[in-house]
Amino acid sequence: MTAPVLLSVEDVAVDLPTPRGNLRAVDHVDLEVAAGRTLGIVGESGCGKTMLSRAILQLLPKRAKLAGRVLFDGQDLLRLGSSALRKLRARSLAVVFQDPMTSLNPVLTIGTQLIETLMEHLVIDLAAARARSIALLAEVGIPAPEQRLMQYPHELSGGMRQRVALAIALSCEPKLLIADEPTTALDVTIQAQILDLLAREQRRRHMAMILITHDLGIVAGRTDEVAVMYAGRVVERAPTQALFKSMRMPYTQALLAAIPKLDAPPHAPLPAISGRPPDPTRPLEGCSFSPRCRYAAARCQREKPVLREAEEAEHHYACFNPLKITAGLSA
Amino acid sequence: MLGFLARRLVYLVPVLLAVSLLTFLIASLLPGDLAYVILGDQATPEKVAALRHDMGLDQPIWWRYLGWLGHLLEGDLGRSFRTGQTVLQAVTERLPVSIELMLLAETIGLLIGVPLAIMCAARAGGAFDRFVTGTAFGMLSVPTFLSAILLIYLFAVQLHLLPATGYVPLAEDPFGNLRFFVLPALTLGLAEWPTIMRVLRSDMIATLQEDYIALARAKGLKPSRILFVHALKPSSLTLVTVTGINIGRLIGGAVIVEQVFALPGIGRLIVGAIYTRDLVILQGAVLLVAAGFVAVNFIVDMLYAVLDPRIRHGHA
Amino acid sequence: MATLELRIREDVTVRSRRLGLLFWLAIGWIILIFAVAILADVLPFPSPTDMDMLEKRAPFSTEHWLGTDGLGRDELARLVFGARSSLLVGLCAPVIGVVIGGALGMLAGYFRGRFEALLVGSADVLLAFPPLILALAITAYLGQSILNLTLILGVLGVPAFMRVARAATLALSRREFVIAAQALGATHARILLRELLPNVVLPLTAFFLVGVAITVVAEGALSFLGLGVPPPTPSWGSMIGEGRESLDIAPRLAFLPAITMFLSVLSFNLVGDTLRALTDPRQGAL
Repeated sequence: MTAPVLLSVEDVAVDLPTPRGNLRAVDHVDLEVAAGRTLGIVGESGCGKTMLSRAILQLLPKRAKLAGRVLFDGQDLLRLGSSALRKLRARSLAVVFQDPMTSLNPVLTIGTQLIETLMEHLVIDLAAARARSIALLAEVGIPAPEQRLMQYPHELSGGMRQRVALAIALSCEPKLLIADEPTTALDVTIQAQILDLLAREQRRRHMAMILITHDLGIVAGRTDEVAVMYAGRVVERAPTQALFKSMRMPYTQALLAAIPKLDAPPHAPLPAISGRPPDPTRPLEGCSFSPRCRYAAARCQREKPVLREAEEAEHHYACFNPLKITAGLSA
Repeated sequence: MLGFLARRLVYLVPVLLAVSLLTFLIASLLPGDLAYVILGDQATPEKVAALRHDMGLDQPIWWRYLGWLGHLLEGDLGRSFRTGQTVLQAVTERLPVSIELMLLAETIGLLIGVPLAIMCAARAGGAFDRFVTGTAFGMLSVPTFLSAILLIYLFAVQLHLLPATGYVPLAEDPFGNLRFFVLPALTLGLAEWPTIMRVLRSDMIATLQEDYIALARAKGLKPSRILFVHALKPSSLTLVTVTGINIGRLIGGAVIVEQVFALPGIGRLIVGAIYTRDLVILQGAVLLVAAGFVAVNFIVDMLYAVLDPRIRHGHA
Repeated sequence: MATLELRIREDVTVRSRRLGLLFWLAIGWIILIFAVAILADVLPFPSPTDMDMLEKRAPFSTEHWLGTDGLGRDELARLVFGARSSLLVGLCAPVIGVVIGGALGMLAGYFRGRFEALLVGSADVLLAFPPLILALAITAYLGQSILNLTLILGVLGVPAFMRVARAATLALSRREFVIAAQALGATHARILLRELLPNVVLPLTAFFLVGVAITVVAEGALSFLGLGVPPPTPSWGSMIGEGRESLDIAPRLAFLPAITMFLSVLSFNLVGDTLRALTDPRQGAL
C-alpha cells in the first residue's frame, strides 16, 4: 500500500522578524505526502498551517527565513533556482487559496486568468487554450462556461469563484494540489459541494492533495492521513481512521468535541477550548498546549514533548499524557 | 452606469454656474474703471460716462452678470476692446500651443515616472527605490521657474543646443517647433514626474501584497507579466486621476513656463489681459480654463468606471 | 468631485527612517534662515538697496562676501532681506489658510449635510481656477504689496486646509470619545473645541509646514514675474528673475537665491512630511 513519496517536508522552520521579536511560525515540521494520497492538516488559526503551505510553495513574504528541506519529486525546492521553480508551478504544484474574491484578479476576466496559465506552461495556441478552459470550467461544474470566460470574478457567486480557482489550479494537471481552507469563506451549503468536487477531481487525476482546514469534521472521510498542528508544530499525525478511532492528543480530542453534532441534544453547550494559543513571539518552555490542557502535569510545563510513534504503526503524537481511551467516532 | 453618469452631471451644473459667477465677479468688482483705461488720455467725464453707458457698465452688477451669462449660452463670449478679436478667436489661436505643451510635458512626466515607479515597486525598500524616492521628494521642492532657469542655463547658455525662447507653429516648421518646445516641456515634465511616480509606486506596492498576486506567482507566470498585467492595471486608478487632473491644470496653469519661454499659449493670453486690463478677454479666457478643468475632472471620473469593472457594475 | 479628493497612501516603512540626519539638518536650516531674517537689521550687513554702479556684478570679495548684483547691491544682504520677505509671506499666508480653512473644515466635517456640501462645492469651484492666474489678477488690480500678497495667498490656501481639517474631523467624529461626549450632553462647541480640535491640530500642523513651502514657491513665482513683492524690497523670487538676465556672464546671481530658496523649501517639506508620516498612522490606530 505504500505509494511513492511525492512531497517530503523535512525539519522545516519558518521565522518571521516582527517589531515585537522573532516569530516562529513553523517549528521543525516533518511531513510526507505520497502520490495520489490526501493529507489533511488541521489546526486553529495562527497554528502555522498557512505559513507551512506557503513555505512548501515558496511563496513566503520577503522577510521570512526558511530552514529545512522540502523535497518534491526528489528536488529540494528551497535550493531550486527561480526559473526552475517557476516551471514546476502549475504543472507539478498547484494551490487553491481560501478566499476566491481576493485570490482572483478583479480586473482580469476569468478567461484571461485561465488561458494565461495554460499558455505559460503548455505548448498550446490560443484557440486550443480557450477550448480547454471551457472544458475545465465544465468539469468543475460551472454552467454556461463559454459566457464565463468573458466575465469578471465579482460577477460570480462565491462558490462559483472557488470552482474557477480550482479549474485554474487543475489546468496543467498538477501532481500535488494544496487547498488552503478552500471552503472557509463559503456558505455552509456550498462547502460540501466544493469538498466533494475536490475529492472527485483528486481521485480522477490521481493527484496528491493537502487539505488545510481548522475543522476536524472536514477531514473525516476525505483524507487518507491527518496531521494536527498547534503553535507551529505537528502534535499528532495518523491515518485518518486511526486518528478518529484512537486519538492520543488531548488537543485533538478537544478539537473534535468542539464540532457541533447533529444528534446532540438541543441547547447542549458546545465545549470550547478555554484559553488562547500562545504568543508565537514568546514560545513556552514546555508543551505549548499545557496552559489549556486538562491533563497537564508538571513535566508538561518543563519539557517539550517530541513526536514519537505509538503502538500502532504510522500513528505519531507528541504528548507526555496521551489519552488511553478510544474516542468513539466513526470516520 | 447611466445612473452614475447622470448623478455626476447634475453636480456639474451648479459648479459651472458658480465658476462663471466667480469669474465675472473677479473681473468686474476689482478697482480700476474700465472706461478710463480704454479712453486713456482722452478721458473726460462726459466721454467716460458715455462710454460706460455704451458698454452697459452703469447697470447693476447682477444685471450685467445675467446679460453676460445670456450671451454665454448663445456662444457669444464677447469681443476684446483692445484687439477686436472675439474671445473665442483669441483662445482658439492660443489653444494649440497650450495643448502641445501640456501633451509633451505630461508625456515626459509619464515616460520618466511610470517606469521608475514600476522598478521601485518591484524592489521596494531597496537601494534603488530609496534613491529614486528621495530624488522625487527633492524634485518636488524645485519650483518650476527654478528648473526653467537651470535648463536654460545648461542647454541654451552653456551648451547652445536649444533656444531659450521663441515659437514657430507646428504646421509651418515641425522640427523647429519641437526645438522650441523641448526646454519648456522638459521643465514641466520634471515637475510632473515625482507625483506620478509616487502615486503609482504607492499603489503598486499595495497591490503586490494582494492575494491574487500571490496566486499569480503560484501559477508560475513570468515576473514581467505579473508586474505589467496583474499588478499595473489595478494600480493605475490613482495614476489616471492624477494625470487627468494634471492635464486639466496645465492648460491654463503653465503660466510661468509660457512667460519664461515666451510661448503664445493661453496662460500668456490671460496674463496679457491682466496687464492691459482687457476684461472681456480675461473673463472669457479664465471662464474657459476653469470650466475646462471642471470638465476634465468629470471625464476622469468617468474613466474610473472603465478601468475598474467593479464600479461599472455597481460593486465597489 | 471625487477626483479632487486625492489621498496618496503612504507606506510608512520606507519613511519611518526619515527622522534622522536629514530631518535635523532641515530643522537647522530653518532656524538659521529665521534667525538671520529676524536679526537682519542688527547684523552687520550692508544695505540691500544701496546701489554701487561701479561695482556691478562684482565677484566674491571681503567687502561683498557674495558679490554684487546687476545694480551693484550687496548680494548677501539681499539674500538675507529676501529671506525676510519670503518668510514673512510664507509664514503669514498659511496662517490665514489654517485658521479659516481649519475652522471651516472642522465645521463641515462635524455638521455634515447641506452645509458641508456647500463648503466642499465652494472649495471645488475655487480650486477650478489656476491659482497663479487668480493671484496675478487680484494683485494686478489691488496693487503689489507684501500685505496684499499675504492676503491673496492666504485665501487661496483656504480650500486645501479645509480639506485636511474636514478629513481629520470625519475620521474622528465617529470615534467613541466623541459619541461619549455627545451622550453626556456636551454642546457642539465643547465637542469641537475640547475633543476634536486637539486631534485635528496634528495633521493641520504637518500640512501647515508644507503650506509654508508651497507659499514660498508661489510668492517666488509671482516675484519672479515681477508681480510679487514690489521692488526695491528684495525677495528670492525677484532676485532669480533679475538674475535671469545675467545668466551668461554671472549665473551666480540667479543661482545663489535659487539654491537658498530650494534649500528652504526642501527643509519645510521635509519637516512637514515627517510630521505627516508620524501623525497619520496614529490616526488609524484607534
